[in-house]
Amino acid sequence: MFEAFDAVLLARLQFAFTVSFHFIFPSFSIGLASYLAVLEGLWLWTGRQIYLDLFKYWLKIFALAFGMGVVSGIVMAYQFGTNWAAFSDKAGPVIGPLMAYEVLTAFFLEAGFLGVMLFGMNRVGRTLHYVATLAVAIGTFISAFWILSANSWMQTPAGFAVNAGGQFVPVDWLAVIFNPSFPYRLVHTVFGAYLTTALVVGAVGAWHLLRTKSSEGGANDGARVMFSMAMGMITVVAPLQILAGDQQGLNTLEHQPVKVMAMEGHFESYNSGAPLILFGWPDQATGVTRYAVEIPKASSLILKHSLDAPLQGLDSVDRKEWPPVAIVFWAFRVMVGMGTLMLALAAFSLLARVTRRLYDWPLLHRFALVMGPAGFVAVIAGWVTTEVGRQPYTVHGLLRTVDSASRLDAPAVAASLLAFIVVYFIVFGAGVIYILRLMSQPPHRGEMGPAHGQPMRAAGITPSPAVAESLAAGGKEA
Amino acid sequence: MPFAFDLPAIFAFIIAFAIFAYVVMDGFDLGIGILFPAIPAGHERDSAMNSIAPVWDGNETWLVLGGGGLLAAFPLAYGMILSALYAPIIAMLLALVFRGVAFEFRWRDPGHRAFWDIAFNVGSTVATLAQGITLGALLQGIVIRERGYAGGWFDWLTPFSLLVGVSLVCGYALLGATWLIMKSEGALQERCYRLGFRLGIAVILAMAAVSAWTPFLRDAYWLRWFAWPQVLFTAQVPLLVVIASAVFFISLRRQHHYTPFLMALGLFVLGLAGLGISLYPYVVPPAVSIWDAAAPNVSLKFMLPGVLVMVPIILAYTGYSYWVFRGKTGHEGYH
Repeated sequence: MFEAFDAVLLARLQFAFTVSFHFIFPSFSIGLASYLAVLEGLWLWTGRQIYLDLFKYWLKIFALAFGMGVVSGIVMAYQFGTNWAAFSDKAGPVIGPLMAYEVLTAFFLEAGFLGVMLFGMNRVGRTLHYVATLAVAIGTFISAFWILSANSWMQTPAGFAVNAGGQFVPVDWLAVIFNPSFPYRLVHTVFGAYLTTALVVGAVGAWHLLRTKSSEGGANDGARVMFSMAMGMITVVAPLQILAGDQQGLNTLEHQPVKVMAMEGHFESYNSGAPLILFGWPDQATGVTRYAVEIPKASSLILKHSLDAPLQGLDSVDRKEWPPVAIVFWAFRVMVGMGTLMLALAAFSLLARVTRRLYDWPLLHRFALVMGPAGFVAVIAGWVTTEVGRQPYTVHGLLRTVDSASRLDAPAVAASLLAFIVVYFIVFGAGVIYILRLMSQPPHRGEMGPAHGQPMRAAGITPSPAVAESLAAGGKEA
Repeated sequence: MPFAFDLPAIFAFIIAFAIFAYVVMDGFDLGIGILFPAIPAGHERDSAMNSIAPVWDGNETWLVLGGGGLLAAFPLAYGMILSALYAPIIAMLLALVFRGVAFEFRWRDPGHRAFWDIAFNVGSTVATLAQGITLGALLQGIVIRERGYAGGWFDWLTPFSLLVGVSLVCGYALLGATWLIMKSEGALQERCYRLGFRLGIAVILAMAAVSAWTPFLRDAYWLRWFAWPQVLFTAQVPLLVVIASAVFFISLRRQHHYTPFLMALGLFVLGLAGLGISLYPYVVPPAVSIWDAAAPNVSLKFMLPGVLVMVPIILAYTGYSYWVFRGKTGHEGYH
C-alpha cells in the first residue's frame, strides 16, 4: 500500500514536471504566432521594412520555442499511457478523441506549415507565405481549443455514462466538448498566453530602449515599435484577463467548490460573510490557516457579490476530498499577484503613452524588463492552482488519482523522473540561453530570418530593396 | 438496420496507417541522424540537415497521431503497451527531445555544434533502437492481469527485441541514406551510394533473421504464416521482398536518384505487412484483440469523420510542403 502510494506520488511529480515545462513553450508560442501574423500582415499592408525586420527577428525566436514545444509535447502524448494506464483505459474513450482531433486539426497544420513559414519565403512568395504564417497561428488556437476542452472535461465532466468495464462512455459530444468550465478556461488561458508573449516582447523592447537611448537615424526604431505594441496589448488584455479570471473563479465555485475553499484557505464555514484571507499558512493537518491576514467579509463579496452571504469551508466535506490546501492557496496568490503587477504595468504604460513618454521613461522600461517572465510565472501558478485543486481526483469527483496510475514500481518511476529532470534542464536550459542570446541582439535593418548554414552576417549587409525584390520575384514565380 | 461497420478493424487500419506514415517520414530523418558519424562535419552535414529541417516536425507529428490515436481508439491497449514498455518508451521520448532540439541548436551555437551533432546522432539512434525494441517486445507478448500490465519492468529486454531494435536502426539508416541520394549531389551523394549498398545488405539480413525468428515466438504466428491455404497469400510477402531488394541493388548500381529510396520504402511496407499478418487481430498479444481493446463505438464514430476528412487534407498540405522544398538541397540553407 505504502509502496503504491510512493509510485503514484512520483508519477504525479513526473507529470507535473513535464507538463509544466511543456506548458511554458505553448503559452509563449500561442501569442507569438499571432504576433508574427500581425507583424507580417502589417508589413504586407504598409510595406514598411521595420515590420519585416521585426517579423524575422521574432521568427528566429519562435523557431526555437516551437521546436522545444514540439519535443516536450510528444512526451505528454505518451505520459498518459506510461504512467496513467488505468486513467487512459477509463477516460480514454472521452479525452482520447479530443486529443486525436487536436493532432488532426492543429498539430499537423502547425508542423506542416512551419517549414514554409521558417524557410520558405523566397520559395513561395508573399501571399502563400502569409497563408503559412496564418495557418501556424490558427493551428496554435485550435490546439488550445481541444486540449483545454479535454482538460476542462477532467475538471467538470459532462455528457457521459459509465459502462460495465468502468470506462467513461461519451453520450453527448457537444456536452463533452463544451463542458461547463471549458469556455471560461479557454478565454482565461488564451488571454494568459497573450499576456505572456506581450510581456516578453515588451521586456525585450524595454531592454533595447534602455541600452540604446538615442533614436538618431532610427537606431532604436525596432525596439520602439515592439515596446509600443506590447504595452498596448497589455493595456487592453490585462484588465480583460482579470475579468475573465473572476468569471472562471465563479464557475469553479459553482462546479468545484472544494477547490475554491482551498484557494481561499477557508477551512471553516462562515454563516454570515467569509473573510478574504490575504496571506497565511494553511495547515492541512490541523485544518487551520495560521497567521492569517484577513479582510472581513471580502471573500463573500468577491465570490457571492454580497457582504453577508454564507460560504462553506473545507469542514463541510470529508478530509479525503481535500486537495493539498497550501499549494493551491499559494499558487493562487502568486497568480493573482502577477496579475496585479501586470495591471500596474498596463496603467503605467498608459500614463506614459498619454504623456508621450513611452520611449523615454527609464523607470517604465525597467519595470517592463523585470516583468518579462511574469507571464510564465502566472501561467504556471494558475495551472498549479487548477490542477492541484482538482486533487485527489483525475476526473473530478469520479476517478481518484490513486486509481488512475499504471502498476509501476517506484524505482522505475523515480529513475525516469530523474532522467526527465536532468535532460530537461540540459536541453531546455540551453534553449533558453539561445533564446536570450537572440533577444540580447537588437532587431536590425534587413534582419535575417532563421536561415541555416550560412555564416552569421553582420547586420545591414543585405540591402532591404534586394530582399523585397527577391520576394516579389518569388511571388511572380508562384 | 444500418450497415454495421467493424469500427475497431477500421481503426486498426487507421492506426497502422499512422504508424506506417510515421515510419516512412520520420524514418529517413532519424536515419540521417544515425548516419551522422559517417557524414563529415561541414558542408555535407549541413546539407544533410537542411534536407530535413523544414519537414521533421511534421514527420514527428505522425508519432503523436499514433500515440493519441491509440489512446482514443484502443485506450486499454495504449495503457497496457506503454506501461509494459516503460523503459524503452521513456528512453525514446528523451532521445527525441535531444535530437529534435539539435535541429535549431546546432545553428544557434556554432561553438557547441559538435555537441549538438552528437546529441542528434545519439538521440536519433537511441530513439530508433527503442522503437524497434518496443516492437520486438510487443511481438513477444505482454503479461496482462485485470486490464493492466502484470510483468516486470525488464520483460522487454530479450535477444529478440534487441534484434528488432538493431534491425530498425539499419532500416532507418537505409532510408536516410537513400533519401540523401535523392536530395544531394557530389561527394555526399557518392558517399550515400556506398552507404546504401552496405545498409541494403544489412537490412535484408536483418529482415530475414526477424522473419525467421517470429513464427517461433508463438504458435499463433506460425499458423498465421504457414497454415494452408493462407500460405499462398503470406508467401507473397517474402517473394516481394526478394523483388524489391533486387530492384534496389540494380538501381543503386545504375546510380538512380529516386528508385533506391522508393525500394527502401517498399521494403518497409512489406515489413509492416508482415508484422500485420503476425499480429492481426491482436493489438496486445497474446490475449487482447482489437475488439477487446477498442473504445466504445460512440468514440470511434465521433472520430471517423475527422480522420476521413482531415487525413487527406493533411497529406495534401504535407505534400505541398515537400514540394516547396523539392530538389537538391545545398548547405547554404533555404534562405
